[in-house]
Amino acid sequence: METNTTHTTSLRVNGADYRLDVLPWVSLLDALREKLNLTGTKKGCDHGQCGACTVLADGKRVLSCLTLAVMKDGSEITTIEGIAQNEQLHPLQKAFIEHDAFQCGYCTPGQICSGIGMLKEGRAHTREEVAELMSGNLCRCGASKGIIDALMEVKEGGGYE
Amino acid sequence: MTKLPSIGQPVSRLEGRQKVTGSAKYAGEYNVSDLLYGYVVNSTITKGKITAIDTSAVKALKGVEAIFTHENRPSTAWFDLQYADMDAPPGTVFKPLHDNKIKFNGQPIALVVAQDFETARYAATLIKFEYEEEAFITGLVTNLDKAHEPKKGLATMLKPPPPPPVGDFEKAYSCAPVKVAAQYTHATEHHNPLEMYASTVVYEGKGKLTIYDKTQGTINSQLFVANVFGLHYKDVRVLSPFVGGGFGSGLRPQYQLFMAVMASLELKHNVRVTLDRSQMFTFGHRPQTVQNLRFAADAEGNVTAMNHSGIGETSSYEDYAEILTSWSHMLYPAKNTLFEYDLVSLDLPTPIDMRAPGGVSGMHAIECMMDELAYELKMDPLELRLKNYSETDPSTGKPYTSKALKQCYLEAAEKFGWDKRNPQPGSMQRGNKLVGYGMATGIWDAYQFPARVQVILTKEGKLILHNATTDIGTGTMTVMTQVAADEIGLPLEDITFDYGDSKKPFSMFQGGSAITSSTGVAIVAVVKELKKKIIKKAKGIKGSPFSDIKDEDIIFKDGAIALRSNPELALSFKDIMTLIKETELKAKKMAGPDVLKLKNYSKATHSASFVEVEVDKELGTITVTRAVTAVAAGRIINPKTARSQVLGSMIWGISKALHEETILDENLGKYMNANLGEYHIPVHADIHDLDVIFADEKDELINELGIKGVGEIGLVAIPAAIANAIYHATGKRINSLPIHFDALL
Ligand code: FES
Ligand code: FES
Repeated sequence: METNTTHTTSLRVNGADYRLDVLPWVSLLDALREKLNLTGTKKGCDHGQCGACTVLADGKRVLSCLTLAVMKDGSEITTIEGIAQNEQLHPLQKAFIEHDAFQCGYCTPGQICSGIGMLKEGRAHTREEVAELMSGNLCRCGASKGIIDALMEVKEGGGYE
Repeated sequence: MTKLPSIGQPVSRLEGRQKVTGSAKYAGEYNVSDLLYGYVVNSTITKGKITAIDTSAVKALKGVEAIFTHENRPSTAWFDLQYADMDAPPGTVFKPLHDNKIKFNGQPIALVVAQDFETARYAATLIKFEYEEEAFITGLVTNLDKAHEPKKGLATMLKPPPPPPVGDFEKAYSCAPVKVAAQYTHATEHHNPLEMYASTVVYEGKGKLTIYDKTQGTINSQLFVANVFGLHYKDVRVLSPFVGGGFGSGLRPQYQLFMAVMASLELKHNVRVTLDRSQMFTFGHRPQTVQNLRFAADAEGNVTAMNHSGIGETSSYEDYAEILTSWSHMLYPAKNTLFEYDLVSLDLPTPIDMRAPGGVSGMHAIECMMDELAYELKMDPLELRLKNYSETDPSTGKPYTSKALKQCYLEAAEKFGWDKRNPQPGSMQRGNKLVGYGMATGIWDAYQFPARVQVILTKEGKLILHNATTDIGTGTMTVMTQVAADEIGLPLEDITFDYGDSKKPFSMFQGGSAITSSTGVAIVAVVKELKKKIIKKAKGIKGSPFSDIKDEDIIFKDGAIALRSNPELALSFKDIMTLIKETELKAKKMAGPDVLKLKNYSKATHSASFVEVEVDKELGTITVTRAVTAVAAGRIINPKTARSQVLGSMIWGISKALHEETILDENLGKYMNANLGEYHIPVHADIHDLDVIFADEKDELINELGIKGVGEIGLVAIPAAIANAIYHATGKRINSLPIHFDALL
C-alpha cells in the first residue's frame, strides 16, 4: 500500500462544514457513515447496484459508494438527515409515511434522496417514467407501489422544491 | 389523537419518522468508541482442507490488530449442541473456524481485525491459503439418485414429514379417465435483505457484552453467543431495534455474530463485523427443488388421486427440510394420495427458511398441475377449484378454525374480471403482445408460539409493554401498540411497545407469520391481568366510588376506569396512580396457543391470486400487467401495514416466477451471480397494477384476537398464477422457475 497518505477534504454536509483527513480510497459513503456518524445513508451493496447509498451532491443524486470522498472536496452534500427542515418533514418524507412506502426502511433514505433528485431533473412526466427513473433504487421488501404512489403525489402536488 | 378501537384502522407506522429521516439505527451503525472493524475471508474452494496459511503480508500492514483462523482461534464450546440455535435442523451445526475442513464454497475461514474498515478489507485480500481439494457435488438435478429420507430431530415438530398414503394412488391413477403429470424444478434463491448482516459488539468487561445484531430473534442470538463462548446468559444482551429485512435469513445466528464476538472477547475491544454483498450468498438460501406430480380426476372434475413427490437439497452436515409436498390434500379432497419428500446432501451451505418456505415451491407445482387438469377436463380453472372445495381439511378430516377461501376466489375473480377470459390459449391479444390470465390458490400455516409480555402502567397513566421480538419491517411495533390500545382503552400516543432486546420477556424468532398472534395474544393476556390490578387498587382507595362495584361492571375507556352503567363516573389512571401513591403497576404473563382446543381443528391462511401477463410475440419478454390477491387471514389488525406485507409478497411472487435465481456452476461448486447487479430482483419499473383484498374472515377459535398472520400468504399463489397465465397467453407450459423469455422463443 503506497497511497496511505491522507488528504484533507472539505465537505459541506447538510449545511455544516467539515474538514476530513481521509485516505484516498475511502468512499463518500464510508466517510459519511463512519467518520461523520451520518448513518442514515445506507450501504446495501457497496458496488453501485442497489441505490441505498444515494445522496445529493450539489443538488444531483449520486451513489455515494461509487464516489470517493476526496472527489467531492468542496462539494455540498445533502443526506437523508438534511432533508427535513427543523423538525418539518419534507413533503416526500410525509408522503412516504402516509403511503407506507417502506417496510424495513433500509432502502428508504436512498429512495427519498433519489426521488428528490429525480423530481428536480424534470425528466419524468408519467407514472411509468417515474418508476423507470427510480429503478436504480432497489427495495427488497417490495414497497414499490407505495414508493411510486408517494412520488406521484408529491410530483403532482409540486411540493418537491 | 387516534380513535379507538384502533384495530382495523390503517395506522401509519409509528417508527415512520425515524425511517424517513435516517435516525433509525441498524446493527452495523452503532459507532461506539474505539471500534475495531472485522472483515471475513471466505474459502475459494468448495471442498477439501486448508493445508497452509500465509499471513506475512498482512502482519506488515499498519492498523491490523489481529487475524483469526482455525489455527489460532480461541477455544469455544466443543459440543454441537452448544452451537445449535433455535432453528437448527437435525445434524451437525456448522462451526466457523472450527478446523481446516472446507464444506462449501464461500465458507468463512478467517477474520481480519483492523483499526478501520478499509484496512481490514484490504488485509483480507492479502492472506494466502493453500488447499487440498476434494471432489464435490452441488447440483440437485444431476444427483437425484443420492436422495435420502430427511433425518428427524427437534425441528421436525414444526416441519413434519408428509402424511402417509391414503387409498391406493397407483390403482386410482391408472384407471382414472382424466389425468395429468409433470415435473417442476426450482432454482436456488437468496434472501438478500437490503441490509447486509452486521454485528456491533460492545465489550463491557468481565465477560459482559452488549451486541447490536442483525437477527430475527434477539433471544436466539443471545443463547447462541452465551452457549458458544461460555458466558452467562444475563451477561449477553442482544439488541435489534431496526432490522433491514430478514425474510428468514435471520432465523439463525449468522457467522458475522460469531466472528465479532470472538474478536471482541479475545481483544477485549469493541468490534464490528459487517458482511459484504457477496458474503450474503454464503450462509443459506431457498433450496433447489425437483417435484414430480400426478393428478387424476373423474369425468365430472372431482379430483380422485394426487401424487406429489419432491426432492430438496440440504448440506453435507445438516438435514434442512421444508414442508413441500403436504399441501394439496389440505385443499382438495382426493380419496387416493401419495406424498413423498427426500433430500440430497450437497456441498453447499445448509439452506435456511426463505419467505413461505416449501409452501411457495410446493403450491407452484400443485396449482400448475390443477391448471393442466382443468384444461384436460375442458373446465374453467376457477370452477375446478370450486368443484373440489372442501370446508374441512381432507388431510386430517378436521374442520378449519375458519376458511374464507371461497370468498377469496369469488371476490378476487370479480375484481380481476376473470369472466372476460377466453379459455383458448393464445386467443387474447393486445397489439404485438399475447395476453394471458392465470389464477392459483395459496395456503399457509397459522402458527402461534408462546410469548411473554411485561406491562407497566406509569404514574402518568401511560402504558409500556416489553417483549423481545424484532420488527423486521412487518409493522410489529405499530400493530402491537394497536392491540394494547384497544385492550386498555388508551390512545396509541400513550403506549410504548419496547422490543428488539433479548433482555425483555421471551419471544420466539420472528418467522412463519407468527409474531402478531404470538405476541399479540400475550399482550391481551397481560393487559387483562393489569386491568384486574388497576381495579383492585382503585377499589382500595379510601372512599372509592368503585368499592362495591362488581369487576364486570367496570369498563376501561379513555385512560380511565368507569362505571358501565354510568360512564360519566370515571377515575383516570393518572388519578388512581396519584391516589395509591405508587410509581408504577406491573404485570407479566406468558401466553400460548390453546393446544387442547386447537387439536380438534386444522388451521391455515388462504389466498387466491389472479394475474394478467403480456408476452411480447417476437421477444418473448413477460410482463405482469395486473394482479389481484385476496387473502383470508382472520382479523386484520392494521390494513395499511398488512396490505404492504401482501403487496411485498406479491412482488416476491413475481420475482420468484420471472426474475430471481442464484446461478450455480456445478464444475466450480460456486454461485456465479453473487451480487445485486446479476441477481435480479424486480425494480420499480417491473411492477404494475397490484391489488389486495382482505376477505372478511371471522375466526373465534384460532386465538383471542382471531388473527392468523399475513407475512407469507400473499406470496404463495403468485408464481403458479403467473405460470398459468403464461400458458394461457402462449400455449406453453414452462415448469421450471424462474421463467425467462428464452424459454418462450
Ligand atoms: S450501496 Fe451504493 S449502490 Fe448499493
Ligand atoms: S423497505 Fe426494506 S428494502 Fe425497501
